[in-house]
Amino acid sequence: MPALVEQPGYAQEKLSALTKRVPCRETQASTLLALLGEPEHYSYPSIFIYGHRASGKSHVTESILQELELPHVIVSCVECVSPGLLFEQTLLAFFGPEAPTLLPRAPSLSDFVRVYKQLRAETPASHTRYLVLDRAEVLRDMEANLLPGLLRLQELVDDNVTVILLSEIDWSKFRLNTGCLEPLLVHFPDYSKAELQQILERDYHPAYSPELYGLFISILLGVFYSVCRDLRELRHLAALNFSKFCEPLQRGEVKESDTHKLWKNIEPHLKKAMQTVYLREVSSVQWEQQQQMEDKEAGALKGLSAYAHVELPYYSKFLLIAAYLASYNPARTDRRFFLKHHGKLKKTNFLKKHEKTSNHLLGPKPFPLDRLLAIFYSVVDNRVAPTASIFSQISSLVTLQLLTQVGHDDQLDAPKYKCAVSLDFIQVISRTVSFDIVRYLYDFL
Amino acid sequence: MSKRKSRDSHMTVGQCVSQAQKILRQRFCHQEVSTSPVGLECQHKHLLELLRRTAVHGESNSVLIVGPRGTGKTMLLNYVLKELQEEKDVKSNIMLVHLNGLLQTDDRIALKEITRQLNLENVVGDKVFGSFAENLAFLLEALKKGDRSSSRPVIFVLDEFDLFAHHKNQTLLYNLLDVSQSAQAPVSVVGLTCRLDVLELLEKRVKSRFSHRQIHLLGSLSFSQYLETAASQLSLPPDFPDAKFANEWNTSVKKLCEDKSVEGVLRKHFEGSKDFRSLHTLLLLALSRVTVSNPVIRPGNLLEAGRCSSADSKANILHGVSILELCLIIAMKHLNDIYEGEPFNFQMVHNEFKKFISRKSHSIHNFEKPVVIKAFEHLQQLELIRPVEASSAKIQKDYQLMKLVLDHTQVMEAVQRYPQCPTDVRQWASSAFA
Repeated sequence: MPALVEQPGYAQEKLSALTKRVPCRETQASTLLALLGEPEHYSYPSIFIYGHRASGKSHVTESILQELELPHVIVSCVECVSPGLLFEQTLLAFFGPEAPTLLPRAPSLSDFVRVYKQLRAETPASHTRYLVLDRAEVLRDMEANLLPGLLRLQELVDDNVTVILLSEIDWSKFRLNTGCLEPLLVHFPDYSKAELQQILERDYHPAYSPELYGLFISILLGVFYSVCRDLRELRHLAALNFSKFCEPLQRGEVKESDTHKLWKNIEPHLKKAMQTVYLREVSSVQWEQQQQMEDKEAGALKGLSAYAHVELPYYSKFLLIAAYLASYNPARTDRRFFLKHHGKLKKTNFLKKHEKTSNHLLGPKPFPLDRLLAIFYSVVDNRVAPTASIFSQISSLVTLQLLTQVGHDDQLDAPKYKCAVSLDFIQVISRTVSFDIVRYLYDFL
Repeated sequence: MSKRKSRDSHMTVGQCVSQAQKILRQRFCHQEVSTSPVGLECQHKHLLELLRRTAVHGESNSVLIVGPRGTGKTMLLNYVLKELQEEKDVKSNIMLVHLNGLLQTDDRIALKEITRQLNLENVVGDKVFGSFAENLAFLLEALKKGDRSSSRPVIFVLDEFDLFAHHKNQTLLYNLLDVSQSAQAPVSVVGLTCRLDVLELLEKRVKSRFSHRQIHLLGSLSFSQYLETAASQLSLPPDFPDAKFANEWNTSVKKLCEDKSVEGVLRKHFEGSKDFRSLHTLLLLALSRVTVSNPVIRPGNLLEAGRCSSADSKANILHGVSILELCLIIAMKHLNDIYEGEPFNFQMVHNEFKKFISRKSHSIHNFEKPVVIKAFEHLQQLELIRPVEASSAKIQKDYQLMKLVLDHTQVMEAVQRYPQCPTDVRQWASSAFA
């Protein structure tokens, strides 16, 4: 039995309607409502609600303000490229369509407060007005006086107004140099696994029994819960994969009670979804298309990652390989790798290395052009003349951001480069020219 | 009287609670001043005397009120101004101009605001002024009364005074202080700031025009005074409509403040910060629990409020990360231990994580690298890790150097508190060598 949201000053039906709208968030809703107090009373000047993404911050706030019909405006700070838009939306919601026209062009906080005061004098607030700022972390990047100003808006405009900030970043990251009015902090904890299950089960498919959907959800959570607790993302994944889960049922191969078979059928799909849909490598439409394609021709699902789509000229590939080797191998080992007769080398000394110095942990090192070309000539099969075409290929690799130039751009005689591709990528590239790159990498000896 | 009383007694408990909430909320949220601020008697007298001299005798003056946030600078000033306006020879004589450093971000806006607050917009009209000083002089000239050469005293209140010092050439401050110095018109400049070093921000010519009067509000409150304040802030005023309810409430508040556990909470709060604002926050949190079924503040309410206001928000955020993200944080903690706080990049963290997976883990599966990257990026979004330098396109994402913004104990506590944390992860976190 969930705790009913209770607060004097509001009709009982409205409160019970509110309770229905906020499953598993009843405690948070009632805490928040208690802080807001009765509609005519003053509330704290600013309230800061934080919690993880999709933990119901916006939803609970919105539900309370809408169900109880409190004067409010919800502004998403991401939409407000300038503070002016924020001010306009606020005035529009509080004082009607005429209000924003009073603002000058490109209004400052000072203009906003002036107009607000002027309008407030005509229509004072009988009920607390709420200004909800979603994704409040964006406010930090706007003008420096905006956030502290909004925090003490109640004092500045002398009206019964409360600013509610919603963010997934905790308050300590918002504090300013000289401090500001500290808002009241309210935390929305994440949903537990049972709560997630309960909420996700609510949107079951009418054609199937709720129990079946519940089973599907618990399988889904089993795969994804350790990686992702975002309700919205899980919901998206559930919606995409449920049809696949039902396929054996539709074909009549399996009965609803045969849970093990259903699980065996869906699990590999969910694992694949983790690699593609979850990472946004494919859109949901593409995913659905692939699901259908797969039925016709199995195994045609290769090459989802971006690597497979890069096409480079033959020498560019070798240049990139040479750059990779130059970036990740210490220069002193070049003799060992690329010289036919490298004379005597103490093997023990050569192989002595520490994990700490592994370049695959520390990242690529810059190298001069000469070294790149020297390695290039030794790895490429046939003789290549150092023509302009080679050099222009280097600069096009820089343009493609596969190489980056280090230092100043005006360095013409001895430019330095870094290789900016990952090991997986270079392995794909070297496979196309049948070059075994791992043999030439010092870290993998 | 008796008639009124009989009517009052019909107030239900609900109405009483609602009324009490209204009065107390006005106090805690709107910072309404009803009584003289506690522990600030000396400052109060000083400021009142100063402003009265301006209002009555037309003396010019300038003063700074300095104190940390929430100690009641504005409250004190508002109280003094209210008192001043109630005096009969002051009443309609003085004019007030409120400026706020947050709003008036440059001197042009400030001047416009001054014009508006002095109701001189129509006087100024479309006049064009050569300089700022000329404009201000004109404004003050306009205030002079027709019959005598005396002017109406103007009190300028500059909230967030330090921000005005950042204006170009400090023109506004220079001119205001200059007027207050040269006895052109009776003007008082009252600055409110939380910066103790505010005088260092002023230019030499501005500083020399300032009277160097400062009123410090440095919170010299003792704990017994603090306790008294808390009690008086919570009690209902004598003119509360239902005398019986008010009596009961006030006795319950008295009892509450004598409670040992409540005193503990307040002492902890007091030692954290002794300003009024944070006390109000605490009391509001407790007050919000008062309902019809629970018509008095119980010690439990205050204990909960204390817990609520002192909760570690970082720990709260950590509680909700996924198990993969927690593993990455533990890996970062180990890296921090090994390399003594040197920054790390994603590859190192991933390497550490892979070592754990291959050696000890039974409960955590191996995840694809992109999935791990996504978890890492989420941590960055939550600002639990922070890039050492601003990200540039030139550095690959996996090699961008990062710093963990949590310390050792926070991580360990998070692991302890994490719901259903697998044992091997917990062991990995507590083992000194990964």
